[in-house]
Amino acid sequence: MKVQVRYFAALREALGAAETVELPAGSTLGTLRDVLLARGGRHAEVLARGRAVRCALDQAMSDETAVLRDGAEVAFFPPVTGG
Amino acid sequence: MAQRVSIQTADFDLSTEVAALRAADPGVGAVASFVGTVRDRNDGSAVSDMELEHYPGMTERAIEAMIDEARQRFDIRAARVVHRVGPLRVGEQIVLVAVTSAHRGQAFQACEFLMDYLKTQAPFWKKETTPEGARWVDARVADDAALARWGIQASNA
Repeated sequence: MKVQVRYFAALREALGAAETVELPAGSTLGTLRDVLLARGGRHAEVLARGRAVRCALDQAMSDETAVLRDGAEVAFFPPVTGG
Repeated sequence: MAQRVSIQTADFDLSTEVAALRAADPGVGAVASFVGTVRDRNDGSAVSDMELEHYPGMTERAIEAMIDEARQRFDIRAARVVHRVGPLRVGEQIVLVAVTSAHRGQAFQACEFLMDYLKTQAPFWKKETTPEGARWVDARVADDAALARWGIQASNA
């Protein structure tokens, strides 16, 4: 299955605004992060666990346990700082 | 129903927004509002301007959900949130939260609740320009603590 991945703020500057990622069926948001980390380079650097990275699934705040479906929209971003 | 959430580059006018919120509702006895502005200092550095980024779609949905939550918790009549994005200079307005109710207590509380919620749950990011260069603003643990007072665990920062 394919999911759309979007990045915002400092993560967007490092990785670009969006990309499509192919994943096995039944993957979770955590699986996706593992796949991106395994690429090494900037992905491994800015998405490293232990760094402050928040995620959303289909435009709602989520976490790594969330199960993805084909066509899902996932976003990774730093802690929010609006207001 | 009148538009409750606007994400825009343009400035806003408090009086106009409050007038629209009160219009045709004689049950309103109180209006509480908050306006956030760009400060000239942050984390020990001078700030000249900033750029605000958001997540189009999710930002609007998140704030709509916050207003729904505020209406559940408080006896309010209407609420309005305007948040600017794009380039902003020192002194410019960033955000407006306005709430109407029959009596002041609920309007004050709902206004503060909405701001506390927005600070930690709405997808906006500030990048500020300082003499040392541009930098992304760090989230504050104090903002998570502010939301925790309402019984909501934020874990943003």
